[in-house]
Amino acid sequence: MEYILQPWPWYVSGPIIALIMFTLLYFGRTFGMSSNLRTLCSIGGAGKHVGFFDFDWKSQRWNLVVVLGAIIGGFIAHQFLSNPIDINLSEGTITDLTALGFDNAGKSLLPPELFSWEAVFSIKGLAILVIGGFLVGFGTRYAGGCTSGHAITGLSSLQLPSLIAVIGFFIGGLIMINFIYPILF
Amino acid sequence: MGKYIKFLAVGIFFGIVLVKSEAVSWYRIFEMFKFQSFHMYGIIGTAVITGIVLLLLSKQLKVKTINGNYLKVPLKEKGLVRYVAGGIIFGLGWALCGACPGPMYILVGTGVFSILIVILAALLGTFTYGVLKDKLPH
Repeated sequence: MEYILQPWPWYVSGPIIALIMFTLLYFGRTFGMSSNLRTLCSIGGAGKHVGFFDFDWKSQRWNLVVVLGAIIGGFIAHQFLSNPIDINLSEGTITDLTALGFDNAGKSLLPPELFSWEAVFSIKGLAILVIGGFLVGFGTRYAGGCTSGHAITGLSSLQLPSLIAVIGFFIGGLIMINFIYPILF
Repeated sequence: MGKYIKFLAVGIFFGIVLVKSEAVSWYRIFEMFKFQSFHMYGIIGTAVITGIVLLLLSKQLKVKTINGNYLKVPLKEKGLVRYVAGGIIFGLGWALCGACPGPMYILVGTGVFSILIVILAALLGTFTYGVLKDKLPH
């Protein structure tokens, strides 16, 4: 039990994620979390106006159930399977974050500087979450997949388009963290 | 209803692993893009290596799905622009708010309700892509 309550090392977590991908393939489905965003748009009636959302979303109900499970899993892990323990960030990261004005780095899952209600109700804080979410939602459909669909499933099946997409993910991420964040904070 | 139970179980397992591995943490994503820790690379790397082995083995052993078909991964369409441009746009957003789609849902379960704003914005982004799809180079 002690091992479960501690943070799980990468060499345990990575293979389990691969097993999750494989299990969904075994069930005749595929591992892709961002597809649910399209499905939710369809459920909201977007198919009446835009052809891209005019599909049989009911065939995707299984994936929404995976999302529901993921939310429950997040609740279980956070409430019952975690000792209150700081994230073991590298010294360099803590130093860099402190310089940007992020105090208490790693004391919680997400930085209060971005996700506390106080931050959310500031113009800058709200803009960061809205623009970030928008780019994720737009980019993932444009690229035809996200971390689960391209980085895990696509690379595991040795697909070139997924490798290109994942390189793109990292170009975007590196630009944001190394060049844009220092301007924002 | 019964046929959905297994998907619920997979989802629960997925949520637990991503929280316990700290992959849902904004801090870990920041650290990854700074190349200051092996943690996230270790997770993605071992996931991909395990995935490659599982898929090669299942091909060799002619593993069938529960539907009776040979297990196979759907192929991504050929293309370049969409993967480069879409990939970079996704990466910018991923790093900005520290969450990709899986963690967005999972974080709701951990009680961080401000992530709902990110999810709503992601829905708007996906909707916008749907509107512009035919005008974009792919």
